[in-house]
Amino acid sequence: MNETKSQKELLTIFKRPSSTTGIWSWITTVDHKKIGIMYGYAAFFFLLIGGLEALILRIQLSQPDNNFLSAAEYNAMFTMHGTTMVFLVIMPLSAAFFNYLLPLQIGARDVAFPRLNALSYWLWIFGGIFLYSTFIFGTAGAPQGGYLAEEIGWLGNAPNGGWFGYQPNAAFKYSPGTAMDYWALGLQILGISSLVSAFNFITTILNMRAKGMRFMRMPVFTWMTFAVAFLLAFSLPIIAIALFFVTFDRQFGTTFFLTEGGGDPVLWQHLFWLFGHPEVYILILPAFGIVSEILPTFSRKPLFGYAAIVFAGFGIAFIGFGVWAHHMFASAISPVAQAGFGLSTMVIAVPTGVKIFNWLGTIWGGKLSLKTPMLFSLGFIAMFVIGGLSGVTHSVVPADTQQTDTYYIVAHFHYVLFGGAMFGIFAGLYYWFPKVWGRMYNETLGQLHFWLMLIGFNLTFGPMHWLGLQGQIRRTWVYAEETNLGFWNLIVTIGAFIIAVSILIFMANWIFSKRKGPTAPMDPWDARTIEWTMPSPTPVWNFSTPPEIESLDDFWHRKYDEGSDGRAIRKDTADQLIVQLEEDGLNPKEHIELPNPSYFPFILASGLPFLGYAIIYKSIGLAGLGLVLLLIGGFGWALEPIEEELLEDKKDE
Amino acid sequence: MKYRIKKMINLFLSNKKINIALFAAFFTSCIENAPLDSLSPEGPYARTIDALFWRTFWIAVVIFVIVQGALLLAVIIYREKPDTPEPKQIHGNVKLELLWTIIPVLILASIAVPTVRTIFELAKEPEDAMKIEVVGHQWWFEYKYPDHGITTANILVIPEKTPIRLEMWSNDVMHNFWVPKLNGKRYLVPGQLTYLNLLADNPDEFWAQCGEYCGLSHSKMRARVISLSKDEFNEWVENEKRSAEKPEEGTLAAKGEQVYLNAGCTQCHIINGVWDVQGDRVAPNLTHVGSRHVLGGASFNNNPDDLAQWLANPAAVKPGTFMPNLELTEEEILALIEYLGSLK
Repeated sequence: MNETKSQKELLTIFKRPSSTTGIWSWITTVDHKKIGIMYGYAAFFFLLIGGLEALILRIQLSQPDNNFLSAAEYNAMFTMHGTTMVFLVIMPLSAAFFNYLLPLQIGARDVAFPRLNALSYWLWIFGGIFLYSTFIFGTAGAPQGGYLAEEIGWLGNAPNGGWFGYQPNAAFKYSPGTAMDYWALGLQILGISSLVSAFNFITTILNMRAKGMRFMRMPVFTWMTFAVAFLLAFSLPIIAIALFFVTFDRQFGTTFFLTEGGGDPVLWQHLFWLFGHPEVYILILPAFGIVSEILPTFSRKPLFGYAAIVFAGFGIAFIGFGVWAHHMFASAISPVAQAGFGLSTMVIAVPTGVKIFNWLGTIWGGKLSLKTPMLFSLGFIAMFVIGGLSGVTHSVVPADTQQTDTYYIVAHFHYVLFGGAMFGIFAGLYYWFPKVWGRMYNETLGQLHFWLMLIGFNLTFGPMHWLGLQGQIRRTWVYAEETNLGFWNLIVTIGAFIIAVSILIFMANWIFSKRKGPTAPMDPWDARTIEWTMPSPTPVWNFSTPPEIESLDDFWHRKYDEGSDGRAIRKDTADQLIVQLEEDGLNPKEHIELPNPSYFPFILASGLPFLGYAIIYKSIGLAGLGLVLLLIGGFGWALEPIEEELLEDKKDE
Repeated sequence: MKYRIKKMINLFLSNKKINIALFAAFFTSCIENAPLDSLSPEGPYARTIDALFWRTFWIAVVIFVIVQGALLLAVIIYREKPDTPEPKQIHGNVKLELLWTIIPVLILASIAVPTVRTIFELAKEPEDAMKIEVVGHQWWFEYKYPDHGITTANILVIPEKTPIRLEMWSNDVMHNFWVPKLNGKRYLVPGQLTYLNLLADNPDEFWAQCGEYCGLSHSKMRARVISLSKDEFNEWVENEKRSAEKPEEGTLAAKGEQVYLNAGCTQCHIINGVWDVQGDRVAPNLTHVGSRHVLGGASFNNNPDDLAQWLANPAAVKPGTFMPNLELTEEEILALIEYLGSLK
């Protein structure tokens, strides 16, 4: 007994951290709520950076033959805008929701592996910092043998091969310097982060559900989290391997994607999109989930066709693996492949349509309260439908050979990922604001944000359809005056700045309401799911007593009966129930043991950027440093005793 | 207040000048003169695609109107009012859900059938097609006419009403050859061949553009396609086959020829009859450069001012270009322009 104790003390370098406030409480936290909040803020910070990059791009394109940016700078800006918005904004914003809400929606104390959850976050943030350090350390240049009239400034010394990094343009010969290595290795680290969280969420959903929370009683947001976790788990290994190939090609002279050595650049396209298309659903399914929570709440009706919406979500996720080559219709693929992937792409429109119609069925006949979250959800449907319909025109392969690589595509995927995913995310941010902060946001500012963003969004991305059909290619640094594209490009730029203003309003609302907003009740929306059965803000321990679930939309059914005419009737006991729940929630009857904070996820994650630098700069020293951090993190983690054990040992003495 | 705003709007709308300006801005920007417009087909391939697009487009418009209409209607009808009772708790309706699963399937099937048919139709090699090879370079297109033994750049000259089969590959990174008014896009891939058919109805000039991001000067990798009547095309072929003639002694052009031969241009550029080298060079063949009205990957017009800028510092015109700054003197540049202009 004594021996094991001394062993433990020997192997534990640090006492387990115990800060509950201040910066250390955040660095060492394993609380899913705190991690969710950190994801949210950091991703929002990257949204501002990615948005700034978009504005810079739009200034350059506001008139023909403009020279606001150099070609190198423009190419770096669009590459970083795309990479940032996909990997550092929408994915982590969704992760913020997964982290904060998933345990609450299934009635759990935390996720299955709290420290692993912290690791995901720190890997992600270190991956993001590593990627962005390219602006300080990275270099880019003309292809080998090419000439530049002027030196590339810091703005241009960032990855410039596009977020899709098509080979061989992204290979060393054509993209010399280190910037594209930052891109490949940065994405590698970000991928590990997502992979880790995918398994964590799958385990959590499978094992940590509250008593009575059967699969078909899970909220749709939880379902969509489940689907996304599987998508991540199956798609990320593909890009991980492809990115390793790229790094090997660039650093160690292999020729996986280079024809000189018998490699095949088209293979990269297949691998990239085999990951890249499921990735699109990774970005949009969380928003589907959020909207499926908000629409019923603000319509005061259950979700129309719950099972259909859930299965449609999984149908989309599954078929999403079989449509990748529709990104390559103009590339080197055969007519048979074109036909096959065109058809599979059309097939995916069916479950998507089912979702849209079921959402319409949900609001039809309801009692719609048009608060900000509802406005964003309705805006989401309206905008996503446009993105979906332009998507169908892409599945018509011959038409797509005109549209691909033009602004028509840019319009399409912004309607899906901004009008879709981002509108859904904003809806969720307003919806759960009271639960997270215990205060209400300002409704007037919220609605102003919505309307400005809706107008700005359509002004920005609507005309892009037209520009693309008129022949404006994507990733174009300049366009000739004779192409006659100037007028609508100017309108688009104006729209982009309107979006920027709407974001400022959102920030003002957030900052002000978080401090001074009126205190939020426990259940401000008369909601349906069990995260609203806890006081606002959510206590550290979540549920003071583990909930027991009796039906889908459990909380609603505890408040409401269905009358003989099918209308909802509020139970007499509902108000009493809420008072009771709030009281119980604030005063747990017994001591609740929570996972202990830990230094090691942070330490382990901090090793990876050094390994990245070590590969780029071929430095043994940096590799050693990275490995040491990894080992300290890993061993410390494995041997870390739980605090209670140490306390008990002390008692024994 | 309301009245004043109305008055202002009326004034604004009744002002003829403003109206005309607005109309002009709108129409010039969306209907006329977009040389890369994919919706103004000038040949059967592009026309087939165009028809298929519009067919899909109108189906999409109908669905758009139905769905957005239902959404708006729902918001208008079911918006919460003070006396709205609690709604009926409807959990779903299997019949309805089946209906809106099956109807989209049928609509999509009606799109799928012509789509698949058209895919194979467009890919088929036309009978009696004239073969032209297109080679992608960073950042210009090279054309070879194997039947005629011609090599040229930037401007693809084709006979009208004749099916053309382009056999394409890339010399470096992926490119994408796109003549919106004649057909859709197709990649140029290093290490393998891709094909694209063209057919122009009438003699005309069409804009083309590299569609796939290919590095620094991607946006300046442009091209033109010129379709000629069959006679004119034959004339053009005969002229292209001709080697360059020696300029008269003592002229500015003769000086220019010396600059071409001595300043380093011959490292990359061939002029048949003046500097013949077997095999490919990395830069365009200049034998008939004077007859091309656009240069530098069709990114600037062939006029003395623009050409002078290009020769003085190529990278300032096309960032990343493989053409070095040869530090030519102003005199040399003038002579060179004169000489290149004479190479018709």
